[in-house]
Amino acid sequence: MTALTDRGQSARPARGADSRRLTERIFRIRESGILAVLIVFVAVTTIVQHRFLSSTNITFVLTNTTIFALLSLGETMVVITRNVDLSIGSVLGLSAYVSSNLFGHHHGISILVVFAVGLAIGLACGLANGLMVSLGGVPSLVVTLATLYIVRGIDTLIVGGNEVVASTLPSGFIQIARANIGGVPYLAIDIAVLVGLGAYYLRSFRSGRELYAIGSSPDAARLAGIPVATRISTAFVVSGAIAGIAGVLWATEYQTIDSTAGTGYELQVIAAVVVGGVAIFGGSGSVVGAAVGALLLSTITSALYVLGISPFWDQAIAGFLLLVAISLDRAIAVRLLAALRLRSSRAR
Amino acid sequence: MLGSVSRPALTGLARQSVRWESGLFILVVAIFAFGGIYSPSQFLTSGNFFNAGVSNGEFAIMALPMTLIIISGEIDLSVASILGMTSALLGVLWNDHWPMLAIFPVLLVAGAVAGLINGLLVTRAGLPSLAVTIGTLALYRGIAVILLGSSSVSTFPSPYATIGVLPVPHLGSIPWNIAIFIVLAVVFGVVLHVTPLGRSIFAMGNNAETALFSGIRVKRIKTGLFVVSGMICAVAGALWTFRLSTAVQSNGLGAELNVVAIVLLAGVSIFGGKGSIPGVVLAFIAFALLQNALLLTPFNQEAYGIVVGALLLISVFVPQFGALTARIRKLSINPARPVPPIPPAPPTLTH
Repeated sequence: MTALTDRGQSARPARGADSRRLTERIFRIRESGILAVLIVFVAVTTIVQHRFLSSTNITFVLTNTTIFALLSLGETMVVITRNVDLSIGSVLGLSAYVSSNLFGHHHGISILVVFAVGLAIGLACGLANGLMVSLGGVPSLVVTLATLYIVRGIDTLIVGGNEVVASTLPSGFIQIARANIGGVPYLAIDIAVLVGLGAYYLRSFRSGRELYAIGSSPDAARLAGIPVATRISTAFVVSGAIAGIAGVLWATEYQTIDSTAGTGYELQVIAAVVVGGVAIFGGSGSVVGAAVGALLLSTITSALYVLGISPFWDQAIAGFLLLVAISLDRAIAVRLLAALRLRSSRAR
Repeated sequence: MLGSVSRPALTGLARQSVRWESGLFILVVAIFAFGGIYSPSQFLTSGNFFNAGVSNGEFAIMALPMTLIIISGEIDLSVASILGMTSALLGVLWNDHWPMLAIFPVLLVAGAVAGLINGLLVTRAGLPSLAVTIGTLALYRGIAVILLGSSSVSTFPSPYATIGVLPVPHLGSIPWNIAIFIVLAVVFGVVLHVTPLGRSIFAMGNNAETALFSGIRVKRIKTGLFVVSGMICAVAGALWTFRLSTAVQSNGLGAELNVVAIVLLAGVSIFGGKGSIPGVVLAFIAFALLQNALLLTPFNQEAYGIVVGALLLISVFVPQFGALTARIRKLSINPARPVPPIPPAPPTLTH
């Protein structure tokens, strides 16, 4: 990829090439657009209302972002392979109830065990999704729509009419979501590190690059000897495992868990992923972009609140932004493709 | 409906879809048998069928345009949000003392505009419909929230407010939304299966490029389908509002998944180009009765999601069964296949 563009650049006319190359470089970093939107948004809001950058509000925004940013990490890996995972909201709900319910029934149970249970639930669901999609050759949209129903159904059966209440949860567990350093929750830092690791993996590891290859062209990837089924299954397993962990984190944050936990999260996470510049039909995008997308969406929520605009506008603005993001993304992709075609034809 | 099974001159594809609908028919009969044997005094009553129909009628209505859209190779996830938006609009206008007969055209126009936005973004801007309609799903629901906020309107007059409990006059125990569904199903069935327009929809779902080169106005037809879907969702929005006698911003929240589930259960291929309206009717009957029959068992509604999900999985895995066994056999017999030479890849974009 880089080799191709470098070769092309030498063939271009020198005049104005530097400035154009710079803008092109910036354009090529897909996250730059979303990051610019975020910065402008924060700047404008802060000018109007200084309270926006107060440490209380930053803590509030970051706490609200954590679970969505984490889920968008897993979802991005799936979407990059030209698939989609709609079951994450249900997996989160099942994991949140089953894991946090352990505290009430087994006194003094270790928090680590609770996390392990959440992780195991997520792994099992992810593995089921992955195997059905990769071995069954069935579209992931349908498979994960089905598991969305099934996992939520299992959750409802287990929960019945009960709920886990805050009084049964140990203080150490509740503290996980609350602990912070200078207003920045530890959880947000952990997830930022995790997103960084995810970005490094997708960028620099062979199996990470192969996920992009599969998303760009599944047939070409198969012909190139990439173990497509294994890679896609792995992406779903990771997404499921993350949803399982996110379920436990959801429990620490909200502390009252019934059978509706995480309902509708799948679409919000996909919105964050798409706003973050991940192409819905695979092959491009990054987990950093998706995490920034999640941050942008919760920043908007908070900005509306701080600016005194009715929170009722929240969802419409998020939807509008999503449409703008995919339109812009498309425009840039079309222009870049045209430029690349032109350049490779000149180089010949 | 299924009388054509024995006809010898069916093409492979038609035979396959007929077989699918036969399976659905057997499923419906099985649910009837189960309900009838398990609890005949509760299940086999006209009141029970009325309830099963009335509480799912809007899903069925929205499934019809969704079927055409999915056959044409696209998807519309914003249907439930258009329902919610028009429901909120209905509440706001009624609160402003508009006459009901003036509100209906406004709702239809709102639905048409919502569908037009979807259609133009998909066909003219060339964006994937999955992404576009996830965006408008949030946007239209957001407009519903802006319109009504946390308030609700439930002061609808009696001929409208009773359509959730009273059947259509002179038609036995058929609820209003099911009566409308039946009429629309006939219209959509004729359009899809008898007219050139219907053939065009199948053609573009099988191969949009070939369809375009055959002189089919792919973009115009797809835009039209989204507009029709928006208008039908507006009808569903009014019905839903009157059935519950309440306009709230959350009306129909999440219903897009139920609608897609019905359409896929009907054997409509998510890749486009395959499906039928009779299948959708049967799938809806199975969907509604299953929910209803489960209410009579000790599982109640909790197992409903599991059953719908399992049916969805079966509906996609059964047609794949042959390919699946072949794939597993290939994996077990010859795990390491020689890698064919790699063709030169065209330049693609990653970052």
